[in-house]
Amino acid sequence: MPVLCSGCKEKRAALKRPKTGHSLCKECFFWAFEEEVHRTIVAAKLFKPGETVGIAASGGKDSTVLAHVMKLLNERYSYGLELMLLSVDEGITGYRDDSLETVKRNQQQYELPLKIVSYEELYGWTMDAIVKQVGLKNNCTFCGVFRRQALDRGAIMLKVDKICTGHNADDVAETVLMNVLRGDIARLRRCTAISTVSEGEGVVPRCKPLKYAYEKEIVLYAYFKKLDYFSTECVYSPNAYRGHARTFLKDLESVRPSSIMDVIHSGENLSVRDGVKMPVQGTCNRCGYISSQALCKSCVLLEGLNRGLPKLGIGKHHRLHDKLLSQQPLTEREERKLKSVDF
Amino acid sequence: MCQVEEDYRDGLERVEVPSVSKKCVKCKEASAAVVIRAGDTYCRGCFKEYFIHKFRAMLGKNRIIFPGEKVLLAVSGGPSSCSMLSQVREGLSLNAHKKLRFSPGIIYIDEGGVVGQTVEERRRTVAELQAMFKATGFPFHTVALEQVLDLPSSVVAMAPSPSEQPASNYKEAVGHFLQSTSSSRSTPQDEEQTSLPEVPEAHTHFLQQLIGSAKTLTARQDLLNTLRQHLLVHTARTEGYSKVMLGDNCTRLAVKLLTSITLGRGAQLAQDTGFSDARYGDITLVRPMRDYSAKEIAYYNHMFSVASVFTPSLDTKTTDKASIQRLTESFVTKLQEDFPSTVSTIYRTSEKLQTTCRSSAKAEPSEKCLLCVCALDTAVENASAFQATLTSEQLSQTKYPGAAGTEIPRQNPESSAPSGQCCSSGGAEDCGRAERGGGGCCSSAKEPETTDLKSLLCYSCQLTLKDMSSVEHLPQYILSEAQRRQRRSQMREEISEFLLEDGEGGD
Repeated sequence: MPVLCSGCKEKRAALKRPKTGHSLCKECFFWAFEEEVHRTIVAAKLFKPGETVGIAASGGKDSTVLAHVMKLLNERYSYGLELMLLSVDEGITGYRDDSLETVKRNQQQYELPLKIVSYEELYGWTMDAIVKQVGLKNNCTFCGVFRRQALDRGAIMLKVDKICTGHNADDVAETVLMNVLRGDIARLRRCTAISTVSEGEGVVPRCKPLKYAYEKEIVLYAYFKKLDYFSTECVYSPNAYRGHARTFLKDLESVRPSSIMDVIHSGENLSVRDGVKMPVQGTCNRCGYISSQALCKSCVLLEGLNRGLPKLGIGKHHRLHDKLLSQQPLTEREERKLKSVDF
Repeated sequence: MCQVEEDYRDGLERVEVPSVSKKCVKCKEASAAVVIRAGDTYCRGCFKEYFIHKFRAMLGKNRIIFPGEKVLLAVSGGPSSCSMLSQVREGLSLNAHKKLRFSPGIIYIDEGGVVGQTVEERRRTVAELQAMFKATGFPFHTVALEQVLDLPSSVVAMAPSPSEQPASNYKEAVGHFLQSTSSSRSTPQDEEQTSLPEVPEAHTHFLQQLIGSAKTLTARQDLLNTLRQHLLVHTARTEGYSKVMLGDNCTRLAVKLLTSITLGRGAQLAQDTGFSDARYGDITLVRPMRDYSAKEIAYYNHMFSVASVFTPSLDTKTTDKASIQRLTESFVTKLQEDFPSTVSTIYRTSEKLQTTCRSSAKAEPSEKCLLCVCALDTAVENASAFQATLTSEQLSQTKYPGAAGTEIPRQNPESSAPSGQCCSSGGAEDCGRAERGGGGCCSSAKEPETTDLKSLLCYSCQLTLKDMSSVEHLPQYILSEAQRRQRRSQMREEISEFLLEDGEGGD
């Protein structure tokens, strides 16, 4: 006996929603999905009419769906936004160059301007070169820190007012779990925010319109809408710590599908005791980017790479920041510590 | 890794492989008997000292237990709670250095009915434990979980908390106690032996039905925890205890923290895993064992012959993915193998949390969850996960407007809340209630339906309720308290425009 769609109650249901378990037909699902993103945008007041918004596009499913939905909602509800695509080339052969082709295709399909910034031109290092020096364990740190700055620099080049990224509910839930496992109280408080609140030059606020959309629903949406995207895992990702949190979350979802939203709800309602030390936002003394230390993480990592000390920046080296700033040479013992790499 | 102010000052030294022929790191004389963390080898004597010291330090640092107070020790028979019992016994014994100064009692809750044990098995376990309790000389109470069906509804209603006892009074209290010590301390001969009364089979059956009405193991475990806690608190109240000591150790609390996050209890984390839990007002739950890892307790119990009795629980011998609690437990233990600092990191995180907003003692009872008695976290704010779930529920049941040619509704930021939200309660399907509510307090609330109970629960208890097939099996005290709160909130709605201040006429 065919199951009827629980939305329109007329057509046959084509899929079961992972989020709520309801069976829906295609049109009702599209409607529900798009409407939810719309309500998230409106409730959180993410955009103002007349703004230029950069969509961080990697060619993967999240950013492809994000670009599609943003364009659609912009027209349907007259947000009055000017949309652009912004992409970052980390220099990972076999992964990023393929996904960039997808972004170029998106640009043509949606007729949006596109800007690609690469690590090579910004920092002088590609991820492949970095991994050769750093090894396979801590490379995600380098990639993440560099990408954040790359996005900001690209946004300034494009002159956009805001950036929106394709982070979905699974990503946010994973981040909450990972921060609990790492004991990172400061990030724990900030990671469930839907948009960043930093002021200062060189920083463009960024938001996550897909924050409450499940990853599986994004795939379902892309599948039924026949959106084209690039779907391989980054070749360096299997060794990341985040993988543990991800596996755990996937298992949780299989036991209870609402777990992902429950984790986000917990994360939003956490409150930290008074008197716990929190980092204060300042600026980097070398490049002027925002930072909570004397030198921003990017500068520290880059310094480490350029000097052949790959462990600089992994672990705590507050006292070394002053030395680096004043261009003093490091002692032999410190150098020896920073050189050791575990593969 | 990413903690503020954490500085690895010393260089990375080669880790020495610990071996038993090494000397104890503390006294440096005796040969080592046990390795606690990598590199920390202790001899028997120093280990015992370390263990006992931790317990005293935990109690002394927090200064919550006042001298002469009656404290109820919740013993489940497992290694952690039996260790706690032996620590208390040691601490109170006359030859202890710096004696502990409170009067303990023991409680054991027999949950065999839920797990499916036979009457004979239950009696045997109880007898074994009672022999252990008699040896300590403290008064003990054995309570069957079936008694939860007879609880009064005052358990989930707020009882007034005693006046605040700030730390400065602690020293005075100690002074007073020391002066009047010899006469008031209860001597071991007046034990109250409540041997397990015969539990009528109908009660056991009813309890099993209640637990069985929850369809998932996660919900069952959650429900069981709630009922157990209610029974604990009620017994403490009736027998005149003001504090209850729970035997949760560090490992279990780390698992509990992660489980609470995945169940949506982020707002109540501090109470679930902190040292003291004051949600019940006059009874405070205390967790003195929270600094001990399961490994340390196991070593101690083995080396110093602390007896414990194994009692099966709902998730004994189940697969990894049977419930969220079970899954989290296996995740943490596996992760701990690869990253030995996992449990202690999670534990430190729990120390930095606090309860959201106002202190739980002062909140109105209607703003507390009916089941877990914590402050409600279901205030629907703009752009919150809770609102998103309500939106999804609603949209999944709405027709796609495009095909029929209906106008796509314009959404202004003001009216962004989903339309199912007209009443203050949190269910999208609740629209009908507002109209019904006008009929006066007596006639309207005939049978509490699932949707009505929802508004009285916090986020995670709502999830538990969702997994239950029907609420009629819930014990009477919960249902009658639910009805009472609903009547009260209806009264409030009727006269809301005439009330001058919030919080006037609180319960």
